[in-house]
Amino acid sequence: MDIPRYWRLRNQRYRLEGTECTECGEKSFPPRCVCAKCKSDSLQPFRFSGKGTIYSFSTIYQALDTFDKDIPYSIALVKLEEGPLITTQLADISPDEIKIKLPVEMVIRKIYEDGEHGPIQYGYKFRPVLNK
Amino acid sequence: MRQTAIIGIGQTPVREHWDYPIRGLAVKALRAAMQDAGTERIEGLFVGNMLSGALAEQEHLGALVADYAGFPGIEAVKIEAACASGAAAVRQAVLAVASGHLEIAAAVGVEKLTEFSGKFSSKALATAADADYEASIGLSFAALNALMMQRYMYEYGYSKEDFSPFPMIAHHNAQFNPNAMFRYPITKAQYLKAKPIADPVNLLDSSPVSDGAAALIIVPLEKISRFAGKGVKISACEITTDSIGLDNRENPIILAAAQKSARAAYKTAGVLPKDISVFEAHDAFSIITALSLEASGFVKDGQAPRLAAEGIYNIDGRLPISTFGGLKGRGHPVGATGVYQLVEATEQVRGCAPDKLQVPDVRTAMTQNIGGSGATVVTSILEKI
Repeated sequence: MDIPRYWRLRNQRYRLEGTECTECGEKSFPPRCVCAKCKSDSLQPFRFSGKGTIYSFSTIYQALDTFDKDIPYSIALVKLEEGPLITTQLADISPDEIKIKLPVEMVIRKIYEDGEHGPIQYGYKFRPVLNK
Repeated sequence: MRQTAIIGIGQTPVREHWDYPIRGLAVKALRAAMQDAGTERIEGLFVGNMLSGALAEQEHLGALVADYAGFPGIEAVKIEAACASGAAAVRQAVLAVASGHLEIAAAVGVEKLTEFSGKFSSKALATAADADYEASIGLSFAALNALMMQRYMYEYGYSKEDFSPFPMIAHHNAQFNPNAMFRYPITKAQYLKAKPIADPVNLLDSSPVSDGAAALIIVPLEKISRFAGKGVKISACEITTDSIGLDNRENPIILAAAQKSARAAYKTAGVLPKDISVFEAHDAFSIITALSLEASGFVKDGQAPRLAAEGIYNIDGRLPISTFGGLKGRGHPVGATGVYQLVEATEQVRGCAPDKLQVPDVRTAMTQNIGGSGATVVTSILEKI
């Protein structure tokens, strides 16, 4: 991914920042230009807590070229505690431990490395909630 | 608006067409359709294609194909809507004729994928998803379908083998379609043993990368007697959209755009799901066949795999689907697929499908062409005149 494009996404990739509608309170991730519910364009940034549960998941055995060296890796739709679903990779979990409704939390991990000399791109992944 | 009809159909076999460039494939299908219609001219051309720019470094297909078909100067544009590009192009041709702007229009779907290494074609295909929030974090198209399939199995209590009827039907029918890519049947044992792609989606859930072109000639219904081809009425061709990201849908295992598109098509055509005798489904992945049947109102949500096991979607069942092999068996030349579906539905309504594939007494046939993970859907209904 080009560096300007990645830079543009930094608040989403590092902070899980979406939008909240000031009219109806609808929260969205990714950020919206117009509220998906009430069509208002009065939106403000909203930072999601990064807590949620697994809604659906898959383990990838044949990947896009960029992610080929990572296979097998797991992905999920996570239901955030504030409501929206987010698409993400999973971290720190083996495929046979993943199940729907498992509580997960956001962590920052390496998403991909653009060759030996290219930039390393970081972003959100989700892992099982640690028992503290 | 005038009513419209298909007066000519053409297609190339779905294959690895390494000896043809995009323009050559498109012109081959277009000339075949014009010959079938008995016409030597067209006034407008709508080319359905998704990836010519990303893969063959060739955009501007409208002008290119019009020129190479022998019609430089006519109105011609490329229409792109991911895997729904083909039927989206047909929709534009239908509107052009229905509005009275054109008297004879062609829709051609064309795609070439097989000559590019998988790493280029998979990446290009993934551009149908949300680039910033799906593809660039590691989701291929199979992965998105896996997320739908996993949740569907969880909600309705299905196991992997419950999906086996869908690719088995496709392969069964494809063996009798001379234009199909995979002309052999598969067994449930083969299905269960197939290589995993994105669990629970395996290789035999997935339609193949292929090359092909298909074409339709569209004219006003009241003028079909001027042509040699056997006319079939286009009773509906309705396009709708949904959120591009699977995670932004209200319910990721309901194809809301397919519901809207099918309902609009039934209303325009004045028919009900029970009136449809053949359904050309968009079986890009097994789960999509189930979701498409449910969204179209043929069966209640969560019931499609159960009814498939009873055989109702078989070629001799109550509602035969993917009668020429569907995307899984005939092949899925992405931007051409929607046009192939309509060529096949036309053959069913005309009564000229290959012996073992012809469904008896087809009066009404439906096709559904789905782009991305369900963000663009075109539902069309054809009727016997």
